[in-house]
Amino acid sequence: MIKNKIFTLLISGFILGLVFTGCSNQQEAGGTDEAAKRVYVAPGQYDEFYTFMSGGFSGQVTVYGIPSGRLFKIIPVFSQDAETAYGYSEETKAMLNTSYGFIPWGDAHHPELSETDGVHDGKWLFINENNTPRVARIDLTEFETAEILELPNSAGNHGSPFITENNEYVVASTRFSVPIPQKDVPIKSYKENFNGTISFIKVDKTSGEMSIGFQILVPGFNYDLAHAGKGPSHDWAFFTCYNSEQANSLLEINASRNDKDFIAAVNWKLAEKYVSEGKAKKVAANYAHNHMDEKTQTAVSVMNKEVLVLDPKDAPGMIYYIPTPKSPHGVDVDPTGQYIVGGGKLSTVLPVHSFDKMIKAIENKEFDGDVDGIPILKYDAVIAGEVKEPGLGPLHTEFDDKGFAYTTAFISSEIVKWKIGTWEVVDRVQTYYSPGHLNVPGGDTKKPWGKYVISLNKITKDRYLPTGPALCQSAQLFDISGDKMKLLLDFPTIGEPHYAQSIPAEMLMKNSKKIYKLEDNEHPYAAKGVKETKVERKGNEFHVTIGASRSHFTPDNIEGAKVGDKVYFHVTNFEQDWDIPHGFAVMGNRNSELLIMPGQTRTILWEPQKVGVYPFYCTDFCSALHQEMQGYIRVSAQNSNPEIKYTLGE
Amino acid sequence: MKLIKALILASLLLLASCGESKEKAPESSNDSAKEKLAQKFGLTLFELENGVGPIKEKLDLSPLDIEMASRGQKLFEEKCASCHKLDERFTGPAQRDVIERRTPEYIMNMILNPEEMIAKHPEVKKMLAMYMTSMTYQNVSKEQAREILEYFRKVDKEK
Ligand code: HEC
Ligand SMILES: [Cu+2]
Repeated sequence: MIKNKIFTLLISGFILGLVFTGCSNQQEAGGTDEAAKRVYVAPGQYDEFYTFMSGGFSGQVTVYGIPSGRLFKIIPVFSQDAETAYGYSEETKAMLNTSYGFIPWGDAHHPELSETDGVHDGKWLFINENNTPRVARIDLTEFETAEILELPNSAGNHGSPFITENNEYVVASTRFSVPIPQKDVPIKSYKENFNGTISFIKVDKTSGEMSIGFQILVPGFNYDLAHAGKGPSHDWAFFTCYNSEQANSLLEINASRNDKDFIAAVNWKLAEKYVSEGKAKKVAANYAHNHMDEKTQTAVSVMNKEVLVLDPKDAPGMIYYIPTPKSPHGVDVDPTGQYIVGGGKLSTVLPVHSFDKMIKAIENKEFDGDVDGIPILKYDAVIAGEVKEPGLGPLHTEFDDKGFAYTTAFISSEIVKWKIGTWEVVDRVQTYYSPGHLNVPGGDTKKPWGKYVISLNKITKDRYLPTGPALCQSAQLFDISGDKMKLLLDFPTIGEPHYAQSIPAEMLMKNSKKIYKLEDNEHPYAAKGVKETKVERKGNEFHVTIGASRSHFTPDNIEGAKVGDKVYFHVTNFEQDWDIPHGFAVMGNRNSELLIMPGQTRTILWEPQKVGVYPFYCTDFCSALHQEMQGYIRVSAQNSNPEIKYTLGE
Repeated sequence: MKLIKALILASLLLLASCGESKEKAPESSNDSAKEKLAQKFGLTLFELENGVGPIKEKLDLSPLDIEMASRGQKLFEEKCASCHKLDERFTGPAQRDVIERRTPEYIMNMILNPEEMIAKHPEVKKMLAMYMTSMTYQNVSKEQAREILEYFRKVDKEK
């Protein structure tokens, strides 16, 4: 993500890193009895926190227990998953629909839990897709993807999906500027033709459903990360940007020239007001909005054709630039909502801006010029303090419940703890190696739970048994309950763990769904009981409506299919008890298996190519007689006219 | 894991049930033998007779309610028929005469609380050893279980 830009520094960082590691081994508490006790969750016991991690380029979200670091679940979000049939089954394919058509992969970055009054409320988890700009919402009763919204007028949806205090908006800014709307222009015309956007996605209070409220057209910089304000800064959201040089090539050097880039401060309440006054323009667009229909358990994809775009020129007072040293990456707002920390990744200090001072500076018009009419505030008028020696390459900051902040330093591979208000560094600890984001449970909310910090490392190097050139990705857990941070545990992650969010286990456990009720299943091919199982032909479609319970399929002998048919197996799991999934696979299918949860109906398409009799079976070991859970389907010649027959137990 | 659990249970139960059948060989209906059996499994006499679960008292069964039975039939077809037929063994036992084998309270507790029944009740343990699949909770309410019971009462009469 930021690797390109700091590649050159990386090499020197490694040398430094080696020096640090060499002398700081005694800091490593991991492996000691005490650390082992802290992370040991006895068999049958539960973890304290759920941690949702970005699966990075796997496109998924992973669910871990903290402090044990145990992996519970991979939630498929932006990538197909042959294990669960996400993106393969007829019910889920449409979740991966976009304005470009079906896309099997995505690059997941920042998980963000929903909030009420600035505190995690345990309803939903949002996560962004960087490559083909999208935001997904995961339902935290099911731990499944419920919705994916594509973002038009966007490229590199990186500064996303950060949430306002009451889920009013999920904000999303563009890492790459592009011609908006897209057009055929020379790349070198960047400065005239390229723009960024900041999207404000509305979230329905009860259903969680997302829709684009409005977008703001902004100068063609790279908008990197974001955070919404809280408390006094409730009405505002903050967005870092780099490449204020507006380079279109060799950004590593060309976008690193300016002494300061910016944090854009956006008054979204005011923006909302301008939108309601009709100041935004309706712009033609084409973007997919996919959601899982709860009743039919089937994804529905709708193409939206319009979006509201606000030009800052028509919206005075809505947006300001706060100068921030050297290509800032993260922007993090402390629990009081007063301080805005910019992670200037090439900077030697960590600037902390004051919200109150920002408001005063705006009132007193303490400006230092403007960019396309957007006022630039005076650095000295806004700055609250600078953290000196924050480590090399400071990126991200989270907060604890005791007035301290924790900042990752990518190049020097450390977490630096400092005090809000005095800005003095009080502790530092090595990480292995090169942390990007970090996570304190509740650490970006009004009420951090504290206790731990998780370092999400970009490089693993020598920490685990080697597995060839491709090594595992990794996180590290530190205890922050005392004055000194203590390393407790290393644990591998799936994909690059860009960011994570943690929530006390009891907040989600009690809502976790156990089954889908058969009586609520409105899937058009659901079999509610054995009586509704059937096999029908519709032209060259051959529909098998089949039921699964321990330890047989109803029916399990099926005849009448032909070569060239599209055979749809609609499998309903009749079970209504927790933890009794069934699976389904048919020999030679060039498609995934199915996993069907109790009460659910899932459909897999099979296109048989040769005559014969093909076995199918349950893939999920469901009972002592699981090996008996099988059936046969007969495939006759294309030009034949076989009778349809389906039976069980005959 | 589910399999291992089931297998261990099943084999334990096979053992347990052999021992037990010897013990109560003279198939006595006298109270003291029953009491001993109940004690051995940590059950009350009521529970031995009527199962473990939410039904803790004898039901007051009125004459057959045909409408209630037909609601029960619909539920049975939706939620039970994949494992139970009326007149033949399937995944579980044939159910036409279940009302003769078991008390109404036992049947309802079995529907509403199978997991605990399997864990505690000697009769269910025996059955599990025979069928090798566990009877499962099908997310039916007490009221619905009562309707299914009515259906069982009805089909028994139709023999
Ligand atoms: C997954 C298969 C399955 C389903 C579904 C199922 N059962 Fe069962 N049932 C069994 C098995 C197997 C047994 C035998 C006991 C054991 O092995 O646990 C059983 C036992 C019973 C018994 C006790 C019979 C006796 O003679 O003691 C009753 C009553 C019963 N089931 C009722 C129902 C009802 C009512 C439903 C629907 C709400 C249902 N079952 C759904 C498998 C199932
Ligand atoms: Cu199965």
